[in-house]
Amino acid sequence: MRSVSIIGVGCTKFGERWDASLRDIVAEAGFSAIEDSNVSGEEISALYVGNMSAGRFIEQEHIGSLIADYAGLARLHVPSTRVEAACASGGLALRQAVLAVASGYHDIVIAAGVEKMTDVSGGTAADALASAADREWECFFGATFPALYAMIARLHMRRHGTTREQLSMVAVKNHHHGCLNPIAQYQMEITHEKVMKSPMVADPLHVFDCSPLTDGAAAVILAPTDMAKKYCDTPVKILGSCQASDTLALHDRRDITTLDATVCAARAAFGQARIEPGQIDVAEVHDCFTIAEILAIEDLGFVEKGQGGKAVEEGMTSLNGKLPINTSGGLKACGHPVGATGIKQAYEITLQLRGEAKKRQIDDAEIGLTHNVGGSGGTALVHIFSR
Amino acid sequence: MTDNAPRFWRAIPQRYNLIGTHCSNCNEYYFPPRNVCPNCRRSAQMEEHKFKGTGTVVSCTTIYSATEDFKRQTPYHLAIIQLDEGPRMTGQVISGPSGVKIGMKVKPVFRILGKEGERGIIYYGTKFAPLEG
Repeated sequence: MRSVSIIGVGCTKFGERWDASLRDIVAEAGFSAIEDSNVSGEEISALYVGNMSAGRFIEQEHIGSLIADYAGLARLHVPSTRVEAACASGGLALRQAVLAVASGYHDIVIAAGVEKMTDVSGGTAADALASAADREWECFFGATFPALYAMIARLHMRRHGTTREQLSMVAVKNHHHGCLNPIAQYQMEITHEKVMKSPMVADPLHVFDCSPLTDGAAAVILAPTDMAKKYCDTPVKILGSCQASDTLALHDRRDITTLDATVCAARAAFGQARIEPGQIDVAEVHDCFTIAEILAIEDLGFVEKGQGGKAVEEGMTSLNGKLPINTSGGLKACGHPVGATGIKQAYEITLQLRGEAKKRQIDDAEIGLTHNVGGSGGTALVHIFSR
Repeated sequence: MTDNAPRFWRAIPQRYNLIGTHCSNCNEYYFPPRNVCPNCRRSAQMEEHKFKGTGTVVSCTTIYSATEDFKRQTPYHLAIIQLDEGPRMTGQVISGPSGVKIGMKVKPVFRILGKEGERGIIYYGTKFAPLEG
């Protein structure tokens, strides 16, 4: 297997992009990554794109071809593949691209992610997102996505003493980080009181515990590490790329308050990278709901099970903490265009490791991690990166 | 949901009568039914099993913001129920002002779950209610 590096990254502004279509935003992200890497179109040998549900959101399937076309690569007949794992589609696209380069099958590969979610009503979008859960045995009985995470939160609070304030602290922190990120959907501070005053979605989760509906796209360009310096002075090496599955329905899991897919993917990725959780300097984790970030820092092995809420409260995950989490603002404040999120995480970590994260830069960041979850935990991807 | 009768019709035994499966090789129960036992895979011996429907609330929530199909019912209680035979399922719990609590014992009740508009199919199935009272 060949070592793989990131030689270029690009990301659009996240938010309600009513002026732009899916094809506009994915081309915008792709071109900024290509510009960043100095590769020419002729050198690109494959494209992978993560997209959850263009069929539901814009009534367009066959996204692989669309993206090759609007990236100007159709006449070069570059193979383009759309991959899907709900909210983990972006992370999955990155892993497919890593496998393609590591195996020696392709040299220069683009991994992109895109979702255009605001062309439909909020209700239709919620219904499309609910299809990441078990349609027949969860949604049919009235489950929504926030409801599944609310049940995780309720049990986590009961078992581990996690408090309502600790959930809020995740949102407050990520909104603070979002204020420092020019591409973030929300660049405003919030407070625990504001979270509690926002409407209840599924008890105990309020609107401000939930990631928003977002339009956005991101792209990264990969090359074999031994070719990377030709394109880029500061390539970022991918030390680990691992994926795991679990049951589709939350109720079938071994433990409702643990994402075993995260545990397995993390263990495999740390093994592959020969890195311990304590060596990570900065991480982007899947905070689709505030409780999800608490689960993530536990299941990734940064703290003991049940200690996630306390770690947030003690400031461990803040910008100046021991392990800053979601410096981009996370899914909560930066936004969550589901197919793009996994790639945006790699974009953020690349900026951090290159020292280009400006106001939210972590001092001497050398090793970073991304964690992307599909559904309520049926898929998880963990990537580890180094300078 | 879907304007597609077969998709609902073929799940009637499970949703009306809680028919699942039991693997006689490892003695584990499954709801909804599975064709493959995740413990035994190729050596599985699957047979039909009708669940009693009594169980315990593992976790629960009250939903205030629902998808289009369930908007009319908000707020409503949703729970993960551990059936007495072992498997867990997701379902609504009908309860009075006392609400739903983790650890509460429940029993099955037959209710309307949803409708496809004014003229479409009416979906029936199982909800849960407190065992006491």
